Amino acid sequence: MIVAEGLEKTYTSGGRPLPVLRSLDLQIEAESFVSVVGPSGSGKTTLLGLLAGLDEPSGGRVVLDGVDMFSLTEDGRAEFRSQNVGFVFQTFHLLPTLTALENVLVPLELRGEGRSARGRAEALLERVGLGDRLDHYPAQLSGGEQQRVALARAFANRPKILFADEPTGNLDRETGASIVEMLEELNREAYTTLVLVTHDLSLAERAHRVVSLAGGRVASDRPGTDSGPL
Amino acid sequence: MRAPLRPGFALKLALRESRYGFRRVGVYMASITLGVAALVSIHSFRDDFSRSVQEEADVLMGANARFADDKPIGPEIRAVIDSLRDEGVESARVTTASSMILAPTSDVVRLLQVRALDQGYPYYGDVATEPAGVWGAHLEPGKVLVDPAVLTQLRVSIGDSLVVGTVRLVIAGTVDDLPTDVAFQAAIGPRIHISQESMERAGLVGFGSLARYEVYLRLPDQNERGGLRDRYSEVLRASGVSYRLAEEQAQSLANGVRFLGRFLALVGLAALLLGGVGVASAIHVYIRERRPGIAVLRCIGAGQSTAFLAYLIQAAWLGLLGASGGVVLGVVLQEVMPIVLAGVLPVDVNTRLSLPSIAAGLGIGVWVAVVFALIPLLQVRDVPPLAAIRQDFEARRRRFDLPRLAAYLALAASVLLLCALEAPEPEIGIGFALGLAVAGGTIAAVGLGLTHLTRRFFPARASYPVRQGVSNLFRPQNQTVSVTLALGFGAFVIGMIVQVEASLRDDLTMSAGDGQPNLLLFDIQTDQLAGILELVGEDAQADVSPLVTGRVAQINRISVDSLRANPDPEQRPDAWAVRREYRNTYRATLGRAETLISGQWWDGTPGTEDGTPVDYGRLPRVSLEQDVAESLRVGLGDTIAWDISGTQIETVITSLRRVDWGRLEPNFFAIFEPGVLDDAPQNILLVARIPSDEERARVQRDLVGVFPNVSALDFSRVQEAIESVLSRVRQAVAFLGGFSALAGIIVLIGALATSRMQRLREGALLKTLGARRNQVMTVLFAEYLALGSIATASGLLLAIGASAIVVPQVFEIDYTVRLGSVGVIWLVVVSLTVLTGLVGSRDLLRRPPLPVLREAPE
Repeated sequence: MIVAEGLEKTYTSGGRPLPVLRSLDLQIEAESFVSVVGPSGSGKTTLLGLLAGLDEPSGGRVVLDGVDMFSLTEDGRAEFRSQNVGFVFQTFHLLPTLTALENVLVPLELRGEGRSARGRAEALLERVGLGDRLDHYPAQLSGGEQQRVALARAFANRPKILFADEPTGNLDRETGASIVEMLEELNREAYTTLVLVTHDLSLAERAHRVVSLAGGRVASDRPGTDSGPL
Repeated sequence: MRAPLRPGFALKLALRESRYGFRRVGVYMASITLGVAALVSIHSFRDDFSRSVQEEADVLMGANARFADDKPIGPEIRAVIDSLRDEGVESARVTTASSMILAPTSDVVRLLQVRALDQGYPYYGDVATEPAGVWGAHLEPGKVLVDPAVLTQLRVSIGDSLVVGTVRLVIAGTVDDLPTDVAFQAAIGPRIHISQESMERAGLVGFGSLARYEVYLRLPDQNERGGLRDRYSEVLRASGVSYRLAEEQAQSLANGVRFLGRFLALVGLAALLLGGVGVASAIHVYIRERRPGIAVLRCIGAGQSTAFLAYLIQAAWLGLLGASGGVVLGVVLQEVMPIVLAGVLPVDVNTRLSLPSIAAGLGIGVWVAVVFALIPLLQVRDVPPLAAIRQDFEARRRRFDLPRLAAYLALAASVLLLCALEAPEPEIGIGFALGLAVAGGTIAAVGLGLTHLTRRFFPARASYPVRQGVSNLFRPQNQTVSVTLALGFGAFVIGMIVQVEASLRDDLTMSAGDGQPNLLLFDIQTDQLAGILELVGEDAQADVSPLVTGRVAQINRISVDSLRANPDPEQRPDAWAVRREYRNTYRATLGRAETLISGQWWDGTPGTEDGTPVDYGRLPRVSLEQDVAESLRVGLGDTIAWDISGTQIETVITSLRRVDWGRLEPNFFAIFEPGVLDDAPQNILLVARIPSDEERARVQRDLVGVFPNVSALDFSRVQEAIESVLSRVRQAVAFLGGFSALAGIIVLIGALATSRMQRLREGALLKTLGARRNQVMTVLFAEYLALGSIATASGLLLAIGASAIVVPQVFEIDYTVRLGSVGVIWLVVVSLTVLTGLVGSRDLLRRPPLPVLREAPE
């Protein structure tokens, strides 16, 4: 369960305050699939980052799985993410100096699991169709392949919550579709809560619930076409 | 159709672009700054020094010209001086000898230099004394002036008396500053100043004593003093007396320091070239970052050449900024140089702004920045317009690329030219440039090898953050090679200085170490020997050598003058070898520092390389040192006639010896067989080993009381003096060696600045994936530890290799690796690297991940 209460974020731009989120309230049920849509600058990515504890809000609070994120130190939040959260980015964000397999191992190794986790990492890469590219470096993979590695990495630590920020934004339609299918499959199999930020309305509609942001507030909150458990 | 070159547009673009990336690339320019600062300060200082020395030429000599000899000035030259006096030319004698001086109040004895002066000298410059104005008191009977160090060494005060030879003199004051003093005066040893009359009464200058005789002239007219040499050339040549003008002495001093200055300039140039490597690395990353922008420019019609020119202007502009900073810093350093080098300079150096040095610094700085930037700048041409819409589109690499080849050639030619211009001789400069290339290539190759080995064999069991840190050395756009080169070169220079200096120091310590003689007594008369042997005691293992002075009169019955007239340099003996006064000895056995290499010793012992006996008939036998034999162009069986106190003695060379001159033992060019010189005028030299400091002091004290004419040299004092000189020279070299190390650190800072976004993004990503601060910190720590270790190890390995060649070849002493000092350098450079890296990455730990991930596109 994800709870955001009175969430505010104000940046300073050109010496002036620039509010991005204004007293936003949101609740997301466990194991649900919610997409967040809205025009550029509506605060989608900022909301995602705050929900994951990647930045500090200017006001309000975020509770993930019963834990008040901002009562924790930054290390505490990192530790929480390491145990409970997975991430997929628009620009993949793979470590260029590591192979596909090593990239998937990173979250596990940060938890000290290293060697024992190798089998799981290999299985995940197999699952996303990259069983034969384990030792390839990111530069040797196509955009779609890199995003699949990122997907495998996101599921490596069996997260309770998966945040995806425009995961198909840098991919062609066909590749993007295959990524979303995988995301959904893995989500179903692992009972993960999935929060997806996207511009792509048809993709957003696949969620159980579509939250639309405008001017830093929730403008609408409606069920998606696949309203699932809601 | 090719797009035309638009220089106006390129200039405007350069100015606008420079707003974008200057802050980060600008850091690199600091390495140019440092190199230029070194060059400007060294060039300016060289000018300052030459000028100061020439301006002070008369003061440095204390006169306008000087006659000098190592025996009393003979009647011919005395006649010259007398006739000059009749013409109104003032002259003053200065006689310098070494003697044991006793302070009765403290009972301390030291071997000091005794200078006996005539009235009037020095004719130029002011002598500072304590109390003020007592210069001249030394001319009064029974008075002496001393250097301040004499008071501390002999534990006496003004008003106490000193026993000098057979006279007792009262200290009238100290000489705090004598303008004629040149470098290392303190190392040569403190002096006392007395009158010529006191010197004669003290009986210090007798037969065979080591003394220097000079007559100084006051002859302000430059033509007149120059003309003297021509006027009396015959007399001067015949007498062997040297005649020198004040300006000649100044010139040779200036030349010595200019030579040193040019070597220092090479060190400065090395720092600048390292900066150049940094510039190349920064421009490479900068251009990669600007790729999309360049592609857009190409899309909207800018030609390759226009885009290239825009970035070339930026590189030159940055170079000019860096070099200007260097000029300012250099001018500040110019003021510091005389202070740092004070211990090795003969004069007070007055600094003055040197416009040619400043212009040269600016020019060289901009040139190095541009020529090093050229190669990475050529990438601008390879950015296709298509890259604006397809980021991963790469243009095909050119197979044969004339501009690239030209850029490499320009770089190589520039380095060669700069080194040749800065070096004392063009050949040295070219050698230095090649040495730099070899050193740079070796460090880069060893560094690269070590990096790959580390990656390949790094334990897979190591924790993830450590492995991540090590693999970061291979991140795209990494600057591992340039940073390795820069840091490694710094470590190499410092490593080399420390290794060479430690070897010299150890050799010195060994020469005076256990079992080696540590006390030398000289000027002993034959009838004093028994008493002196008793004084030093039986345990002192005294080794006695009689000294018989003589000159070479004939070789194979041909006079020295005829031999010197031989036009063939292969057959003509070297001037120094035939003109010098030899201090020969005779003895039955070989000394400890000698090896017989050819011929046979008196008793028939054969040489190690060739034991052929020589038929010597009835002539006395002599054994020569191999180098002097070579200089005299003689070998086994040749005859030498020696002029010994007016008597000629003809000898046959029956053996050649190799001598280890590095040992503090009495060694000789020529050794006669016993029996030949027994009755010749001679004095005796004695070396002994007296381990206890107190006992050695007692012997020296008693000596002055009983045998005042005998001098003693305590090797531990000599060793201290040499060490003090060595450490001053090291100070000067290390000061500039520090520039290379600093340049390395600045290249590292530049590399950190240019890769900042990349590292920030990686750190933010790791935090997003659940890394705690200390894990991110470990990644960074491992990266900089690995980078610093590999770079330093490469530099130090090269330093060890180079020292192993240089130390035995150049200094002719044994070399062993100083692991301790190597370890310390490693620790210092690696700590600096890690510290710089962590400080430079502190915002990576501080900033929350989200803003970074949003800010930094891949």
